[in-house]
Amino acid sequence: MALKIVKGSIDRMFDKNLQDLVRGIRNHKEDEAKYISTCIDEIKQELKQDNIAVKANAVCKLTYLQMLGYDVSWAAFNIVEVMSSSKFTYKRIGYLAASQCFHESTDVIMLTTNQIRKDLSSPNQYDTGVALTGLSCFVTPDLARDLANDIMTLVSHGDCVKRKRCSVLIMYKVFLKYPESLRPAFPRLKEKLEDPDPGVQSAAVNVICELARRNPKNYLSLAPLFFKLMTSSTNNWVLIKIIKLFGALTPLEPRLGKKLIEPLTNLIHSTSAMSLLYECVNTVIAGQYCSSVGSVVLCVQKLRILIEDSDQNLKYLGLLAMSKILKTHPKSVQSHKDLILQCLDDKDESIRLRALDLLYGMVSKKNLMEIVKKLMLHVDKAEGTTYRDELLTKIIDICSQSNYQYITNFEWSVSQPVTPHPPGISVSWWTIRVFAVAQMATLLDNAHLLTGSMQRNGICEVLYAAAWICGEFSEHLENPLQTLEAMLRPKVATLPGHIQAVYVQNAAKLFATVLKSQEGNTDSTTAQETSQLMIDRLPLFVQSANLEVQERASCILQLVKYIQKLQQKDVEVAEEVIALFAGELNPVAPKAQKKVPVPEGLDLDAWINEPPSESESEDEQPKAIFAKEEPKHSRPRHTEVDEKELARRREARKQEQANNPFYIKASPSSQKVYQDAPGVEHIPVVQIDLSVPLKVPGLPMSDQYVKLEEERRQKERAEKKKKEKKKRKEKRSGRGKKHDSGPESEEDITPAHMVDIVTEEMPENALPSDDDDKDPNDPHKILSLHFFGPFQVVVSVIFENKCDSFLKSMEFNVLDSLNSKLQRPEGSGPHDGLTVPFQLPPGVSNEARFVFTVQSIVMPQKLKGTLTFIVKDSSTHEKLDFKLHFTCTSYLITTPCYSDAFAKLLESGDLKGSSVRLEGVNMPFHHLLARICFHHHFSVVERIDSCASMYSRSIQGHHVCLLVKTSGQTVSIDAKCDEPTLLGNVLDEIKQTFSQC
Amino acid sequence: MSHDNSKPLMRFLLLFSRQGKLRLQKWFTPMSDREKKKIIRDMTTMVLARQPRSCNFLHWKDLKIIYKRYASLYFCLAIESQENELLALEVIHRYVELLDKYFGNVCELDIIFNFEKAYFILDEFLMGGEIQETSKQVVNRCIESSDMLQETMEEYMSKPAF
Repeated sequence: MALKIVKGSIDRMFDKNLQDLVRGIRNHKEDEAKYISTCIDEIKQELKQDNIAVKANAVCKLTYLQMLGYDVSWAAFNIVEVMSSSKFTYKRIGYLAASQCFHESTDVIMLTTNQIRKDLSSPNQYDTGVALTGLSCFVTPDLARDLANDIMTLVSHGDCVKRKRCSVLIMYKVFLKYPESLRPAFPRLKEKLEDPDPGVQSAAVNVICELARRNPKNYLSLAPLFFKLMTSSTNNWVLIKIIKLFGALTPLEPRLGKKLIEPLTNLIHSTSAMSLLYECVNTVIAGQYCSSVGSVVLCVQKLRILIEDSDQNLKYLGLLAMSKILKTHPKSVQSHKDLILQCLDDKDESIRLRALDLLYGMVSKKNLMEIVKKLMLHVDKAEGTTYRDELLTKIIDICSQSNYQYITNFEWSVSQPVTPHPPGISVSWWTIRVFAVAQMATLLDNAHLLTGSMQRNGICEVLYAAAWICGEFSEHLENPLQTLEAMLRPKVATLPGHIQAVYVQNAAKLFATVLKSQEGNTDSTTAQETSQLMIDRLPLFVQSANLEVQERASCILQLVKYIQKLQQKDVEVAEEVIALFAGELNPVAPKAQKKVPVPEGLDLDAWINEPPSESESEDEQPKAIFAKEEPKHSRPRHTEVDEKELARRREARKQEQANNPFYIKASPSSQKVYQDAPGVEHIPVVQIDLSVPLKVPGLPMSDQYVKLEEERRQKERAEKKKKEKKKRKEKRSGRGKKHDSGPESEEDITPAHMVDIVTEEMPENALPSDDDDKDPNDPHKILSLHFFGPFQVVVSVIFENKCDSFLKSMEFNVLDSLNSKLQRPEGSGPHDGLTVPFQLPPGVSNEARFVFTVQSIVMPQKLKGTLTFIVKDSSTHEKLDFKLHFTCTSYLITTPCYSDAFAKLLESGDLKGSSVRLEGVNMPFHHLLARICFHHHFSVVERIDSCASMYSRSIQGHHVCLLVKTSGQTVSIDAKCDEPTLLGNVLDEIKQTFSQC
Repeated sequence: MSHDNSKPLMRFLLLFSRQGKLRLQKWFTPMSDREKKKIIRDMTTMVLARQPRSCNFLHWKDLKIIYKRYASLYFCLAIESQENELLALEVIHRYVELLDKYFGNVCELDIIFNFEKAYFILDEFLMGGEIQETSKQVVNRCIESSDMLQETMEEYMSKPAF
């Protein structure tokens, strides 16, 4: 035994240690790989020995080799051996090697559980330390599960600060790998926020901030505690963490923003730490919805200081933050245009690119020319192709953004060599066509200058447009022959195929023009020369690999050959050739097709074949109801209908539909049938909770306002119902049932805010097609919640004046949340109200529409708002507070789904489940289903006895599937959806519906 | 909480020379060797290609890369996109200060020959991609005392065992 030990220490004298290895590698620069492979062989020998010191030395060397990129996974077991050494020196090396080499799929990790547990509870705090550090690198779900308790013990009973600090930090890793541990551990973690030791405290802040950023909702209750920490802490690292956390919480609780703005501005004013300043500024910018204009101005001032700083990093970050402000407060940034233009001269490319980005957003009608001029100067002196390309692309982006809306001077823009002009644009510049054509011809002539570097950027697309313009408007060309020659240069064949095709086609048009002018002359040889030019050059294109180029070229080539033959017989052909391309292309507005009158006798909406009987019967019944009415009196309409008759029909229809699993197929109509029902008091669209009743003190009728709330809501519902009817009617006549719908009051109302985003350049003779694109059959219209694209929601609000005075100057305002924002006209601030575009005489109601931008549809939103108005008689200014409730349900669209598609959807496994139980529901099952269908926009997929599957789809395409079962008064709903948050909220809303009845 | 976004705010720290030789690597999320190699290659080429006197920030995939050169060594830290760049620079700087204090005027060779010490110092300062200890004094004290423990062990071991 003793001998063995002696042998071991003698061996050690001859072993290489780490330093020797490093030195050796440095001395074998020529044959490094060979040297290392001999070293690895030695290490393998060393690992076979029993001496732990030798093994540790070998493992240490392996860790170094691993960094150099060599595979050492074969030694994983030896690493575990060294980890379990009782000597700290070796243990440390073992854990280091493990943390560098192990990953989740290393199978020996499961052998380490007991060793780590032992080290965690070791009396030596350094053993615990290395074990925790190692664990932070290679913790697996299994390790997390097995060791969660040991770590928890350390957190609460740790006698030493270092141990506590580390174990708090490692908790975060454990939670991530083993989420079940979070709930029991959280109270202890929370205690640590107030630990007397700043290290432990900051570790706890770190962990909770990270958790909260992943899932802020659960941590809102900690806000006061963090607020206290924020105002008391002096540690900048901790402060930055807390500010980040608040950044994540404020969107959920807008009131926090108001509270935070003061301490944040104080920090911005007082701190000398740039990182903290930058964090504060960023948080204020991100939470702008709650911050005052003053704080934005402060941020811009501070950012200006950063940008002016000589430190490149601060400059860069200043520009970065500036571009965030630009999105919401463009004006405050635009005043710093000079500073940003200066940044274009910076040596640092990334700063120049940032500045370019900013300029893009700052462009307005006024400054466009100036900015582009500056940028063009930079193009000339730019070094490095990437930056120059970026500059050119940006110039083009700047000029073309929002459909060229900023370009006021087209002549100027055409003379800019790099601005692309899609054919459509040039067509619409009717008046400057001649000028444009001349410019384009020059452009084509100089095309060889462009093609080289621009091909990559797609700037050569401009040639596509140029060729077309020159061909189409060839009569305006000064020297068509020269342009024709330019278009047939061999170099053209290097352009992309689609451009070549346009070149060939337009060369033919040009050819026609040239022929015409030449035949006018007496000398017929020039015309023949032109034909010869075509015949010489076209074969190049006939050989093109691009089919379209080939086809066009060979057609035209044959045509020209024929023309040549005729020319040789002295036949004048120009007129006929011109005739090929005759007819001027007039500008056509995008919606112009709809302006074309439908020929008499042609009914586009009429059924060609008889419609399926099911929908026919659906159509007939309601038609009968409305046929009796005089459409002019819309208000008393539904009272005129015989209530009994209505109820009977409704019952019959419900019965029929409940028995038909596919009845929702005719969804819009069947859905509206329910909306007629007087018993239904819930409007699925936008609930307007008027939490504060309208009080007009000093008016004789003021007490009426106090009890107004409920009445008003009722009234609104009635109003909406009425509206639904009208729309339905409109739709029916749209289907060609030849019902004169009479004057529709809603059509007389000017919408407060038209959703018209595209402001296109239109030539004088093409009128913009007005709102004829609103399809009356669009199901969204029926819901009076319209979706134009995924994120815009139009809310119709009905204002009814219930007092005896005339109301005017109404202003509608809503406190935006981060998720939902009221769209305000350009130039108005984020807190400005919108003027309601009408006045209200006593007893009159009217409707206004407001557009909201909604970021995410998975969460319901309640927006607070106020309506201010002037009571005319007393000239008092009054205010009415209300809440707008955007339910998740309102984003669902009734979508039919067949049972096999439904089954497939469920089988796919992409959906996450959730369920809810409703107690004490006292209604027949088919009524229950009908309620869900109506209130929550579902359709029944299949129904068997007391069990039914239902389906709906969100406007963003999330699938929502329900399985509804009933027994006695208990209803259970199992639900699946690809978006769990959305599902949870929809289920909550369903529960709400049934708790109200 | 899903596992997908379970990434710490600091993803990895790399130290490499002007020639692109890796001197230290710390990965705060588990990653396969192949991924690591690819990232190391991307980082060295990207950072070494930067012009002098450029700013110290780069965007790479969804991460921000913060790098800083100290003498012949580049320190390169990858952070999540919503993290604070200036704070990351402070982290790098603090680590350099700690190395400097420990080695006394640290140079590249110190880190090459004592690479395990460089790791131990880093582990006292950062843990799992989070700042473990913000105070320089505390970190230094911790490293010194664990070294003391190691030295005594080594002395003990180097004694003849018979």
